[in-house]
Amino acid sequence: MTPTPNWLRRRGAKPQPADDKLWEICPSCGERIYIKDLDAQQRVCPKCGHHFRLPALDRIALLADGDFDEIGENLVTGDPLQWSDRVPYREKTQGDRTKSGLLEAIVAGFCTVEQIPIGLGVMDFNFRGGTMGGVVGEKVTLLVEECARRRVPCVIVTSSGGARMEEGMIGLMQLAKTSGAVERFGALGLPLVTILTDPTTGGVSASFGFQGDVVIAESGAAIGFAGRRVIDQTIRQKLPEGFQTAEFLLEHGQVDMVVRRSDMKAALASVLRFLIAKGYGAVDVARPKSA
Amino acid sequence: MNVIVELEKPLLELEAKIEGLKKLNETQRVDFSAEIRALNEKAVSLEAEIFGNLTPWQRVHLARHPRRPLAMDYISKLDGFVELHGDRSYRDDPALVAGYAYLRGVPVFVLGQQKGRDTKENLYRSFGMAHPEGYRKAARIMRLAEKFGKPLLTFVDTPGAYPGIGAEERGQAEAIATNIKLMAGLRTPIVVNIVGEGGSGGALGIGVGDHIAMLQHAIYSVASPEAAASILWRDSTKAEEAAMRLRLTSEDLFEFGIVDEVVPEPMGGAHRDPAKVVDAVLAADARALDKLMSLKPEQLLDRRYEKYRKIGAHEEMVLDRAAR
Ligand SMILES: [Zn+2]
Repeated sequence: MTPTPNWLRRRGAKPQPADDKLWEICPSCGERIYIKDLDAQQRVCPKCGHHFRLPALDRIALLADGDFDEIGENLVTGDPLQWSDRVPYREKTQGDRTKSGLLEAIVAGFCTVEQIPIGLGVMDFNFRGGTMGGVVGEKVTLLVEECARRRVPCVIVTSSGGARMEEGMIGLMQLAKTSGAVERFGALGLPLVTILTDPTTGGVSASFGFQGDVVIAESGAAIGFAGRRVIDQTIRQKLPEGFQTAEFLLEHGQVDMVVRRSDMKAALASVLRFLIAKGYGAVDVARPKSA
Repeated sequence: MNVIVELEKPLLELEAKIEGLKKLNETQRVDFSAEIRALNEKAVSLEAEIFGNLTPWQRVHLARHPRRPLAMDYISKLDGFVELHGDRSYRDDPALVAGYAYLRGVPVFVLGQQKGRDTKENLYRSFGMAHPEGYRKAARIMRLAEKFGKPLLTFVDTPGAYPGIGAEERGQAEAIATNIKLMAGLRTPIVVNIVGEGGSGGALGIGVGDHIAMLQHAIYSVASPEAAASILWRDSTKAEEAAMRLRLTSEDLFEFGIVDEVVPEPMGGAHRDPAKVVDAVLAADARALDKLMSLKPEQLLDRRYEKYRKIGAHEEMVLDRAAR
């Protein structure tokens, strides 16, 4: 991988696995892969091409040209329900911080992708399964609003189990809040491109995930509304081969393209470059100087 | 089994006894009025004893009571309801009823999630769980409401959007996502009624609006208690615990600012006096619409944006930038 960018160095080191694990077993082909090698391969299995989940900071490093100006980085989890089950919610999120090296399940900010200035939000499954509570909703809303102010495209990379249970209805209402921002943003003629990665289900797929003007799915990602378990319990019948995979969604007309991780930056830049290119109407959008 | 149906059995028996005595009183020469009075007092105190302090789990069952008024019970009390069908693409979804009607003389477009009264009707209506084509029919109606300048009135009563193979193949997530965004920007007033069960994104798919009225004993939750228990603890039998923690009652949601108005129900729930409840809900809707219709579209949209913009829960941390 490319050397650590300055913004990432500023941000602090990426969390070390607590258990000194040296390798991962590929769930697809069973290959034992050294984590060092896996990281060097953008966490794609060198033997079979299986895409392991990518932490948010690695995703940003993969897509951004250089610098990344974070916004909302000081927003941390509230506890509106004073939730406690086996473990209090506040303790759970402390654990998520350690596990993910992040303060919440999304990192948002501004950068360029092949010189195109964009706002970029990236979710991280390692923080509470990427679920959307008040902080994720607020940061997505801030990002989209700020993209509107700066007149730049917005790109959101999703990885989420949906709305966060521990914040109850405050979590569900983030669907409406983020959708309000996306609606206003879209009315300006500015593009939202979403990249759905493994997994994207529930409240995130049912809000900004599928509100993209162009929806890209990463190879092999599990994407859908209802979780497999819920569907199993409801219909009690065998699910078809490859059900709810990116490729299945492409076949059923639910996403525009399925892209491998190694091609993701180029694919994203191509879509963005086209959407902001000067055409018939005059949309007020910040374009790269070279364009 | 519905726990409320069990719980209210002695009360119903007592009430039947009172009715019997009343009939006797009318037809026989013996005067039972003293007995009737005494039994009536007993019924009132029994009612208070049973319903006075329901747990969240009992509230969930009250919201799912088999005799609770359903969406169509409200919609049929509007004037001149005409049903409109289909998403123009796949099929008509009976779980989500659409159409137009008049509310106290005001022309409105109407959407409602309709459960069945019995097994046969529940199978026909998918237990009030809409498929993508149901949400897309709703989207059609929303666009019509905007185009023809008619307010939109919705009745939410669903355990959630239908989870199944066809629903996923046809894009359940996209259908709901589209509706939420559409309602966020719809240039006409939207009044939402949570009348029974508000389950997750499936409820929100017709649930974004300017005025959210919720019946006192309806519930509205990020996921059904069963689903939440399954997600949190991989054990759907812990639904009772989930119901307790999720804060899904009308009092909770009014406190959070998610619901704008709580419409009271008679002691024991809406099914104890359906006609009165239907009237109260439609009266609340008429009052809300009266206010909203005086706003200009821009005011309406700004107000709606701010309403959702401020719902959140985050704290701010002082970051030591120098250290980073
Ligand atoms: Zn492999």
